[in-house]
Amino acid sequence: MTRRDLFEHRQKRRSIAIAATSTVVVLVAIMVLVPMTPGWEKVQKSFFNTAVLIKTFPKLVDAFQLNVMIFLWSAPLIALLGLLVALARDAKSPAMFPLRILGAAFTDVFRGVPVILTVYLIGFGIPGLGLPRPWNSPYIWGSVALILTYSAYVAEIFRAGIDSVHPSQRSAALSLGLSERQIMWDVILPQAVRNVVPSQMNMLIALQKDVSLLSFIGPVEIFRQAGVFKSLLANFTPYVGAAIIFLIITIPATRYADYLLARQSRERS
Amino acid sequence: MFKKTTILAVFTALMASTAIAGGHCASGKTLTDGKLTVATGNPAYFPWVMDDAPESGQGFEAAVTYAVAKEMGFSESDVVWVRSSFDEAIQPGAKNFDFNIQQYSITAERDEIVDFSAPYFTSPMAVLVGPGAVDTAATMAALKGLKWGASGSHTSVQKLMNDIRPTSGPLLYADNADINAAIGANQIDAALFDLPTALFLSAVMIEGSKVIGQFPADDSQGGDQFGMLLEEGNPLKTCIDEALAALTANGTLAAIEATWLQDTTGVPVIQ
Repeated sequence: MTRRDLFEHRQKRRSIAIAATSTVVVLVAIMVLVPMTPGWEKVQKSFFNTAVLIKTFPKLVDAFQLNVMIFLWSAPLIALLGLLVALARDAKSPAMFPLRILGAAFTDVFRGVPVILTVYLIGFGIPGLGLPRPWNSPYIWGSVALILTYSAYVAEIFRAGIDSVHPSQRSAALSLGLSERQIMWDVILPQAVRNVVPSQMNMLIALQKDVSLLSFIGPVEIFRQAGVFKSLLANFTPYVGAAIIFLIITIPATRYADYLLARQSRERS
Repeated sequence: MFKKTTILAVFTALMASTAIAGGHCASGKTLTDGKLTVATGNPAYFPWVMDDAPESGQGFEAAVTYAVAKEMGFSESDVVWVRSSFDEAIQPGAKNFDFNIQQYSITAERDEIVDFSAPYFTSPMAVLVGPGAVDTAATMAALKGLKWGASGSHTSVQKLMNDIRPTSGPLLYADNADINAAIGANQIDAALFDLPTALFLSAVMIEGSKVIGQFPADDSQGGDQFGMLLEEGNPLKTCIDEALAALTANGTLAAIEATWLQDTTGVPVIQ
C-alpha cells in the first residue's frame, strides 16, 4: 500500500466511526428522552399497545389481501389507459385534433379533482343510476375511479417519456421509410417507456396506498378494518399495524425504484 | 381612588360568583371555571340534536345535556358547545371538552382508554332495509341472506359479525350519510343502526325504506348503553353520574326521552 492508500483507508475508517457514533447517540437520545415525556405512557397505550397489535394484526393481514387484489386488477388497466391517453394527446394528424382535446380534458379533470371525490362520485353516483347487481358493485366502480385518476397521471409521465426521445430518432426512422405507426410502436415507445419506468414505479407505490380510499364506499380493506378495531377498542394501535403492513410492501418497492433510477442515471452519464 | 373602587368591585363580584359555584360538586373541575364545555358530533344528527344546533336545546342529547348542566348548577348560558370527531375524543392527551355526547356506546375496551358517565339511554339495535328488501321476515335466518352495510365506527359491526353472520361479507362505511347513499345505489339491502336513528332515517331520509325489526334491548349483545365520554380520570364523572341519577329518579330523563324519541313499541322484535 502506498502512503496515499493508507491515508485514504484511515480517513474512511474515521468517517465510519463518526457516523456510527452519531447514529447511536441519536437513537439512544430518542429511546431515553421520548419515554421521559409526561404523556408517553398514554401515547404508548393508545398507539403502541402490544396486546392490541397482537390481537388485531392477523385480521389486518386478511383485509390487506383485498388491497392487493384491487391493486392487481387496477394497475394493468391504468397502464393501458394511460398509454392510450398519452398517444391521443400526441396524435400528430390534424384530423385527430378532437382526440387531442379529449386527452387534454381527461388529464386536466382527473388530475385536478381530489381522488376521494372521484371515488365518491363514481362509486355511489353511477350505481345510483339504477344498474342491477352485480354491476353496481362498489368494487367495480371504485376501481374505475382509481383507474381514471391514476391513468391521467400515468399518461402525463408517458408523454414526458415520448418527448424525451430525441426528434432525430423520428427523422431517422422516417428516412428509413417507416410508417407513422411503426415509428411510434417500434422506435419511440420502446425508448420512451424504458425512460419512465422509475417514475412509473413511484405511481405504483402511490396507487398501492390510495387503494385504501375505496374503503369510503364500502369495501372492508385494511384501512377500514383498522378503523373498526380503532372504534371498538378506542385505540389507534390497529392503524400502526396497518402502517407496518404497508411499509413491508412499500419500502422494498421504493428501494427498487431508487435502484432503477440510479442505474438509469449511470447509463446516461 | 376611583380605580381602586372599580378593582375592589370587580374583585367582590368574582368572589361572589366563585362562592355560588363553590357550593356544587362541579366547581373547579371544568376546563373553564363556571362554564361547562360540551362536545357533540360534526354534524350532530336528528333525533339526538335537531338541525345540527345543540345550543337550541332541541333534540334528545341536547336536552339531556342542558338538564344535566342545570342539575350541576350551571345556567343555560354557561354551556359552551364544541364539535369533535370520534378520533379526537379518544386521542391521548388533554381534551377540549368537559364531556362529549354523541351516542357513544359504553364498552369495556373503550373504558380502558377514556371514562364514561353512567348510561343516559339504552338503545336496542334495529334493522333498516332498503326498498328492494322490505318484505324480508324479521327472523335471523332471513337476515343472514341479505347484503349488509353498517357504520365502521359503530358497535353494530360486532353485532353483525358475531350474531347475524351474513353469508356475504358486509360493506362498512364512514358515516350514516354514506350508508344512505349505498342503500340508494342498491349496493346493500340492509343496515344496522340504533333504533331511534333507524326510525328517523326510514321516515325522513331514505325513501321506500323500512325498519323491519329490533333486537331486544335487554339482551346484552343487542342493546347499546350510551354514555357521555370524558377524559380518563376526569373528576367531573362523579358529578355527572350524580346528576344523571337525580334526573332518572325524578323522571326528567324519561320525560325528555318521551319528548324527543319516537315510541318504539311498534317495531317487531327479531326472533
